Amino acid sequence: MNADVTQNPATPARNLLARIGTGHLVLAALLLAYPLVSSDFFLTQIGGYSLIFGMLALSLSLLAGYGGMVSLAQISFAGVAGYTVAIFGENNSNILGFGWPWWLVMPLALFFAATSSALIGWVSVRTEGIYTIMITLAVATAAFYFVRQNYTLFNGFPGYTGLRAPIVFGVNFRDPVPFYYMCLVAATLSYAAVLYAARSTFGLTLQAIRDNPRRMRAIGFDVTAHKVVAWFYAGLIAGLAGVLLVWFNGRISPGTINVAAAINVLIIAVIGGLKHPIGPFVGAVMVVLMQTFAIDIVGAERFNTLIGVFFLAIVFFSPDGILGLWGQLRQRLAQEDLRSRQ
Amino acid sequence: MTANVAASRLQDSGAYALELDSVARHFGALVALTGINMRIAAGERRAVLGSNGAGKTTLFNAITGDFLPTEGRIKFFGEDITDLPPHERIRRGLRRTYQISQLFGGLSVLDNIYLACRGVSRKRYSLIRPKPSDANRMQAESILHAVHLESVRDTPVSNLSHGQQRQLEIAMALGGAPRFILFDEPAAGLSPTERRDLIEILNALPAHIGYIIIEHDLDVALRVSEYVSMMHNGKLFKEGTPEEIENDPQVQEIYLGGGHG
Ligand SMILES: Nc1ncnc2c1ncn2[C@@H]1O[C@H](COP(=O)(O)OP(=O)(O)OP(=O)(O)O)[C@@H](O)[C@H]1O
Ligand SMILES: [Mg+2]
Repeated sequence: MNADVTQNPATPARNLLARIGTGHLVLAALLLAYPLVSSDFFLTQIGGYSLIFGMLALSLSLLAGYGGMVSLAQISFAGVAGYTVAIFGENNSNILGFGWPWWLVMPLALFFAATSSALIGWVSVRTEGIYTIMITLAVATAAFYFVRQNYTLFNGFPGYTGLRAPIVFGVNFRDPVPFYYMCLVAATLSYAAVLYAARSTFGLTLQAIRDNPRRMRAIGFDVTAHKVVAWFYAGLIAGLAGVLLVWFNGRISPGTINVAAAINVLIIAVIGGLKHPIGPFVGAVMVVLMQTFAIDIVGAERFNTLIGVFFLAIVFFSPDGILGLWGQLRQRLAQEDLRSRQ
Repeated sequence: MTANVAASRLQDSGAYALELDSVARHFGALVALTGINMRIAAGERRAVLGSNGAGKTTLFNAITGDFLPTEGRIKFFGEDITDLPPHERIRRGLRRTYQISQLFGGLSVLDNIYLACRGVSRKRYSLIRPKPSDANRMQAESILHAVHLESVRDTPVSNLSHGQQRQLEIAMALGGAPRFILFDEPAAGLSPTERRDLIEILNALPAHIGYIIIEHDLDVALRVSEYVSMMHNGKLFKEGTPEEIENDPQVQEIYLGGGHG
């Protein structure tokens, strides 16, 4: 206590850097410098797209990794945000498009995504394991067919086009570099929030509920309410990703939120690993790279087989995804090190 | 009869922590508990002994509200809690441990205890990390000390030995402001050294905290309790001081000769 008062003002900044950690600082430097060395294609199609899908998978990983609830509906909540942008902002489809400014539309989109996620969460927290997956898969499927058939609100099959990222203070976020940085900021915020909150009181309660809901009830926690709140936060992250996704694509249609996309998010999360919030981003980079380049090599037909085989291999060798492989490798190196010292 | 013995012995101690009036619990046709009358004074330490399937855990479940009793009333410090949900009973200072440890395997020992302390406090949805000066955090540290687990403070619970998990199971019941604790076979599966440690932990609990301990091992029960209730086939059939119970021929026949582990 006393030490705090006598500390010189430079120390808190140094403390903060120490708390962020060398690994994070190096990663941040690389990501910040990435536009210097990369083409526009690599900046958006690989960089931006990976960050967006990383956020979607992070939203799933928050529920699955910390809360033990596997959801296939995160893409649907991203879709809620995306359609909100299309309906309340501007679009080229001559339907709705209220033309509200981005700073109104964006919070609204996040709010709708988070509340719809909390609602689905509230319905599905009565179930466990495979049943949660089934319910959320049903939600994702129903959402897809609903928007495809509804023309008054969602413009059915074609969906909405002409959804553009805003120009703010003269910076055009449609341009590759600003768009990349916007995605980087959003992803970093989501990542840091999850990483920090995992050790918060709420984060601990969520993990404890995953480990033993019975004991949580017995020590006085409202298990259902805590789970629903977790779905709300997961919906916020999915919504943020959804807004970026429609700005990235310039459009949204039922295809954006179909079952294939829903499963894609799950695959990314599992390949990356659910144990740490960096996992979803690692998984996203892997899958986006494969999607972009493997298609040219093996063809679109065999591409899904390739992803499937890769997925199986990862799950088989490391249930904790690529992060788990990395952990195993570090352990083995540490053992070798010990042995060589003996 | 037996209830009267207990009542007269405790006449001068004033308030009862627990009063059970003809409590019964049926599972379909199975009568797991029947006609249970019990008076336990505040701060009293009672052992419940009985063979497997005698209904001891069911008795605990009835008191905590995990399974409501089929018949009878239960009072906690004079208040009728028979119809209260479990978390309301926790708010009033009732705690329990489980025969099979119910812990948070992915969290550290300290975080497990912290949550147990946090359960009855406010701001449980806080997205802020608890500071070391946080009241619940500080209580968790002192409980950690009380159950002799300082050396594994930051270890994930799934990496603990069985004995350490049993110690943590006790710690989980000490969070908040317990007034009365139900210990369900805390000594099960412990080594002799760990048993000694357990006896020490229980005997060091603040004097105002009363408890019931279910225990198969008579030696342990005798050293942590002032009074013993014997259960058999869902009934309480004998109460007495540890010495009386130990020397009772009926007890020796039914319980000690009953081939328990
Ligand atoms: N949820 C339940 N459903 C059906 N029967 C139950 C249930 N819980 C307990 N029983 C039965 O009630 C009886 C008493 O069980 P209880 O668990 O209370 O015994 P116990 O004295 O704790 O035994 P042990 O020493 O093995 O822990 C047993 O016959 C048991 O099978
Ligand atoms: Mg039992």
